[in-house]
Amino acid sequence: MSSASIAEQTRSGGLRRALHQAFSAAVTPMEPADVLDLFSPLRRGADLRARITAVRAETDDAATIELKPGKDWAGHVPGQYIRIGIDVEGRRHWRAYSLTHGPRADRRISITVKAVPDGVVSPFLVHQATPGTMVHLEQAAGEFVLDESHRKLLFVTAGSGITPVIGMLRNLYPVTDSGVLGAKDRNLDITVVHLAPSEPQTIFRENLSELGASGAITLIPRYDDQHGLFSVESLAELVPDLHDRVTYACGPHGLLDALQSHHDALGLPLFTEQFRLGQVEAGEGGTVAIGGQEIEVDGTTPILDAAEEAGLIMPSGCRMGICMGCVLPLREGAVRDLRNGDVTRAVPGETPEGGLPIQTCISAAAGACTIDHHPRPTSATPMKESVR
Amino acid sequence: MTVITKKPTSPVAHLSPEDIEAIGRELDAIRQSVMETRGEADARYIRRMIKTQRYLELGSRATLLASGFFPPAFFLGTAGLSVAKILDNMEIGHNILHGQWDWMRDPKIHSSVWEWDSASTAESWKHSHNELHHTYTNIIGKDNDLGYGIMRVDEDQRWTPASLGQPLYNFINMIFFEYGIAAYDLELGRNLRLPKEKRPQEFTENVGKTLRKVRKQATKDYVVHPLLALPLGAALPTLAANVIANVVRNVWSHSVIMCGHFPEGVETYEKASIDPNETRGEWYLRQMLGSANISGSKAMHVMTGNLSHQIEHHLWPDLPSNRYAEVAPQVKALFEKYGLNYHEASMPAQVYSAWHKVVRLSLPNNWLATTTPKNLPKQMKVLWKMSRGSRAQRRKLQEQLDLEAAYLA
Repeated sequence: MSSASIAEQTRSGGLRRALHQAFSAAVTPMEPADVLDLFSPLRRGADLRARITAVRAETDDAATIELKPGKDWAGHVPGQYIRIGIDVEGRRHWRAYSLTHGPRADRRISITVKAVPDGVVSPFLVHQATPGTMVHLEQAAGEFVLDESHRKLLFVTAGSGITPVIGMLRNLYPVTDSGVLGAKDRNLDITVVHLAPSEPQTIFRENLSELGASGAITLIPRYDDQHGLFSVESLAELVPDLHDRVTYACGPHGLLDALQSHHDALGLPLFTEQFRLGQVEAGEGGTVAIGGQEIEVDGTTPILDAAEEAGLIMPSGCRMGICMGCVLPLREGAVRDLRNGDVTRAVPGETPEGGLPIQTCISAAAGACTIDHHPRPTSATPMKESVR
Repeated sequence: MTVITKKPTSPVAHLSPEDIEAIGRELDAIRQSVMETRGEADARYIRRMIKTQRYLELGSRATLLASGFFPPAFFLGTAGLSVAKILDNMEIGHNILHGQWDWMRDPKIHSSVWEWDSASTAESWKHSHNELHHTYTNIIGKDNDLGYGIMRVDEDQRWTPASLGQPLYNFINMIFFEYGIAAYDLELGRNLRLPKEKRPQEFTENVGKTLRKVRKQATKDYVVHPLLALPLGAALPTLAANVIANVVRNVWSHSVIMCGHFPEGVETYEKASIDPNETRGEWYLRQMLGSANISGSKAMHVMTGNLSHQIEHHLWPDLPSNRYAEVAPQVKALFEKYGLNYHEASMPAQVYSAWHKVVRLSLPNNWLATTTPKNLPKQMKVLWKMSRGSRAQRRKLQEQLDLEAAYLA
């Protein structure tokens, strides 16, 4: 770059800063962003948001939500998930959902949600969300993405665990009105073992069978009501060339644990993504000092839930221990991982200066503990620093 | 008014401790019924209120740009800006800073991050208002809102010659109310009396923060917007509009707040009479009798930030403000059931009552009551002696006034 253009850039940067300062001075105590949000909430530089553009029913209790993300949306790799913040009954809730497709020409994204009985957010998204609704968004994240250097793949999915996998498959083989594209062109050999309680209760049922019919994938559905409960031991039988394949699995804790030991015993590669809390290990609970408050938390309630109940704004995400959106430093005391009962202890002087990072969504108090949490002061920090 | 424990007939004498606890339980039940039903409609209310305020402020400021060549724009813009500032302070700022909307978990509409159009920083106001005033409501010597430390608003606060000036102080405080509040939140008077090295460290920090806030506010209203209007020849009207809007906001909020605790008939409490283990029921009772409501239209309630429901607000400072109107009839019925005085009157009546008290208490106790047109010259002499004489002399004259008043009664 020539020195003249550098000077020009610096000048334009200086001008922009000066304009921003003047804008701030004219609207204080509001932030410039607060004013711009009134007119253009999806603009570049805004907090990341999205507008729901369509809600399409997939089954009785599942729907695909199409979203138009803000200008700063940085794209995603199929299999990744996004964290969405949505107001239900006036309260902001954050949840993580897999993106069920690859990058699209219109830059829209979509998630497929299954309404969990007694859930808060998923029934709302499936049955009540309407186009036009604004939601809050974080950039796509997640390691459960396809490594395209492998040619022979096996997907083992259970229930809504199909969602990240559908994202990968749709990216490889777009399902259109005129059929599945690219089924024969790809040099891939994919088998999908999909588990569900029954056929009608399978989300993406049509997508899956179309992909199977077109020859893009070999579909092996196992329905509890037809085939009985699935056992990992039957995998070698269902997939004769199991030993040549790299396995991606997504589903509940129990299935993933069983697969892990099964594959470990055979020395086979396995990538997993957990969906849904496995088990709850009760502990003794205790007093949690957090965000200037002291909260009594029992041994089965995640600290995140208890703190939100007490009125704190907490960073949160998937609420099942996968996205790390809720991590806060534990300064002192002990917490128990509700998935496996593991206890994490922080002792001042012994543990690192900043405390031990813990996932508040799957941690319960195991005695008294102190957790650092300062709700961000919006006026002092730039808007981009979100709840993390 | 005099502290409740020194009254000849206490307005709470007929209540047994069991009654007081029952009142507490009934109030808790009313609170719970609202807390459980907070939801989408409430969230929509505050979001719409914030949006309306922002559009109104931006629209008014834009209108003022035309005030150089189109005079009606000046009146429209000034009125709009005044209302916008009042909404910002009352229905929005005051209530968000109380944590009334924290339950929404919206990081932008939360008591921990909200800032308002006022000289006082949200942080120091929250301390003096939420922690001190709302906890120690109307306890003389603990609740500095009783006269803001510059006025005598109760018979049991000592009269001094300086009290004579309090109608004037109150007037000045009304005009510059936002600065008065800022100074008050810093406990400026008390801290400045301390030698420099004895002042708490956070005092110096808070003074810095407040001065920065004052500068930002003043720069916006008195420099940036007049400058923006300059090319359109509207710098002066814009400056004037901002001054007027700030004064209107100050006078309005000062008046609303005076109505909350100063009118005649609102009870005050003695520090020593408060049980350190005051029960929830007793605390509720103190709030019930220590506040006064303003009756009026819906628009009036919004403009007062629903502090027109001061009684309900003091019972439950964290209840969303849009719900006070709904619980007020239940609260009123409870007052009736237990034979208590639900203090409610129109805004003019409450403002008059509060000002009357400020004037009355600027004079020694019973001075006004013992004064007639006939004995005025004699009374003036008494007043002169009391304001110039020694403390002992003052005490003696006060005793005489008290005797005379007792005789008249």
